[in-house]
Amino acid sequence: MLEISNLTHTYGSGPGAHHALGGIDLKVAEGELVCIVGPSGCGKSTLLRSIAGLLRPTGGKVVLGGTAVDRTPDDLAVVFQDYSRSLFPWMSVADNVSLPLRRKDMDKKQRRSAAMEALEQVGLEGAAAKYPWQLSGGMQQRVSIARALAYRPSLLLMDEPFGSVDAQTREDLEDLTLRVRSHHNMTILLITHDIDESVYVGDRVVVLSKAPARIVGDLRVDLPAPRDQITTREHPDFVHLRAEVGRLVRGMRSQSAPAS
Amino acid sequence: MTGRSLLDNRPLCGAVGVAGLFCLVELAGRTGFIDPIVFPLASTIAGRAAALAADGDFLADVVSTLGAWAAGLLLTVLVAVPAGFALGTMPRVESALRPVLEFLRPIPSVALIPLALLLFSDRFDMKIAVIVYAASWPVLINTMYGLKDVDPLAKETLRSFGFGPLAVLWRVSLPSTAPFIATGVRLAASIALILAISAELLAGGASGIGTFIIEAGSSPDALEFIVAATIWAGVIGIVSNTLFTLVERRLFRWHLARTEGAR
Amino acid sequence: MRVLRGLGRLWLVPVVLVAWEAATRAAEDNFFPPPTAIAVRMHEMWLSGPPERLWLTDAAVENIPTSVGRLFAGWLLAGVIGIALGLMLGRSPVLSRFLDPIIEFGRAIPPPALLPFFLALFAAGAQMQIATIVFGIIWPILLNAGDGARHVDRQHLETSRVFGFSRSQRLLRVILPSAMPKIFAGLRLSLSLALILMVISELVGSTNGIGFQLLDAQRSFDLPGVWGTIVVLGVLGYVLNSAFLAAERRLLSWHRAAKQTI
Repeated sequence: MLEISNLTHTYGSGPGAHHALGGIDLKVAEGELVCIVGPSGCGKSTLLRSIAGLLRPTGGKVVLGGTAVDRTPDDLAVVFQDYSRSLFPWMSVADNVSLPLRRKDMDKKQRRSAAMEALEQVGLEGAAAKYPWQLSGGMQQRVSIARALAYRPSLLLMDEPFGSVDAQTREDLEDLTLRVRSHHNMTILLITHDIDESVYVGDRVVVLSKAPARIVGDLRVDLPAPRDQITTREHPDFVHLRAEVGRLVRGMRSQSAPAS
Repeated sequence: MTGRSLLDNRPLCGAVGVAGLFCLVELAGRTGFIDPIVFPLASTIAGRAAALAADGDFLADVVSTLGAWAAGLLLTVLVAVPAGFALGTMPRVESALRPVLEFLRPIPSVALIPLALLLFSDRFDMKIAVIVYAASWPVLINTMYGLKDVDPLAKETLRSFGFGPLAVLWRVSLPSTAPFIATGVRLAASIALILAISAELLAGGASGIGTFIIEAGSSPDALEFIVAATIWAGVIGIVSNTLFTLVERRLFRWHLARTEGAR
Repeated sequence: MRVLRGLGRLWLVPVVLVAWEAATRAAEDNFFPPPTAIAVRMHEMWLSGPPERLWLTDAAVENIPTSVGRLFAGWLLAGVIGIALGLMLGRSPVLSRFLDPIIEFGRAIPPPALLPFFLALFAAGAQMQIATIVFGIIWPILLNAGDGARHVDRQHLETSRVFGFSRSQRLLRVILPSAMPKIFAGLRLSLSLALILMVISELVGSTNGIGFQLLDAQRSFDLPGVWGTIVVLGVLGYVLNSAFLAAERRLLSWHRAAKQTI
């Protein structure tokens, strides 16, 4: 469903140029949850912004659902890290969630009920009339997720979605992501710098190198479902995979061949 | 020159914009879209404005306005800065006076001109009085605001070295308030010009740009003179604003660096 | 309790009034009438009408709404034009590059200098007054709207791109609200400028309005009348400013709250 071939991007030109992406090839199948990890500043966000059509890469191609991405695709949603700057503070929570739906063929009532349904899924049905700044950080990020869910995208991009919340909230949001994902059977690409998180949430973990970013590892995660914050994390496979990903992120040689 | 580098050249773009407006007005007049009798051609106005620059009477009027403006501004600083310091360092006095000030401030300053005309027999004094009244507000408020912004640590540091309150005022409070005062003075400068011209428009008789414009109103080519003189008034405004901004930037580079860094 | 403390802070006001009364009575200067004489004259000028009209006199009914009407007409017109132009310039760096010097120049012209120009163009009357107000006060609105529109959070714009907002949605639901705090700052400055220009335009070219009443009192050496009119204008300025601040607090509550949580 998503095919990225030889994607490169360079910021600026001449001696001051910064090569962010050094040729990325990646295929994501329908319904997969792929986590992309890499050291900070490695170009993860550049990759995500190229897929979202927010940035025109200097080379290579992104094909989503059979069509090349040259502007923001219609059925794609993004959950940004910085919820306080991504939600609109002048709109109520319900408006934040339902405004993007105007693009879909829905009347006001349908938009409203779709928004309420999405808010219910993230456990915020009571906060519809509130404003984002009246909610805690974790709740605001739930609103962002609800906005993306209501939009029913075929591909959901999440850019360090749990990077700005505390540890407890982070675990709750990870489980929420797994739950809604199994409910909607959505394809998700989640970018993170947290190795544990990538293994815990993902079906596949793709490891990027330092900039210019290349794929240095692509591991399949076969942990028993449903995943659980305690038991999954003590599962021997989890421990093994975490070590594996950690080595790759730190630029050490992998001890087993990457999954196909 | 390529299109890209043309767009990167800000002054050139601005010049193109001004030239464009000029041509538009000229064309509107020439094609009869705007009757040149109703509104003069751009070229006529430009010619008139150029002629005014060499016109002794007009220059005398400009000097007169600028004289009142400068004198008023100087007096404003002399009155408002000490007043701001007094109020800023004595919070009890400030809170007692606040309601009185809050009532005086919203009075539209030009409304005082008719009263000032009755109170002052001399036109120049009248102009100065209304200028000082109106222009004092931004200086006063900025001075008080700046004093609140003084770093208490800097004051305590000096005090701990045994300096007296006057030395603290002179070495810490005044320098760190200065950028705020400068902003206040820049605002006051444009208000002073507004009041000077308003007073001239209403008082007539004496000399000044406002008087020139009012008197030009009775000539057959009234609009031509009025627009040309108004353009010069705008030039004076822009020059004064630019100068004040430049001086402010030069003198208070440290302040800019600090506030930008804090953001 | 808060009201009492608020009143407590006003203690100087009666003291000033009494001192003023005593000083002016002692000085017996015609130019400085005592506050009581001003109050009596104000009552005569505006509040000695028939009770069924809330005691408002003909002069009050004729002049005050006329003046306030012109002020609001000019302010609203300048607001609509200024916001529209400002948003356009703020979102188009190329356009603003070409037009910046013209705008800087327009802003630098002392607004009262435009009065004779509009007087020659439109002759005395409401049209000329509103034109003067609009031209004189549009700059702070325009510049602030431009500044606000220029500095919309990048993430807000990207969010609207990702979710495919239409152009009008982006403008009305994202850019305009982001620029609102700045626009309000401009509108507030313009409101006080509008009052000044309303007064001076009525002093120069009008046959009614509060400014004309002021001129009338001045011409007939009615000093209590001059002082009284100034007081009325001060009250008007105070009321306008307070009403604006109250409206701003209501409409921009999201802005204050959102800023506090960051």
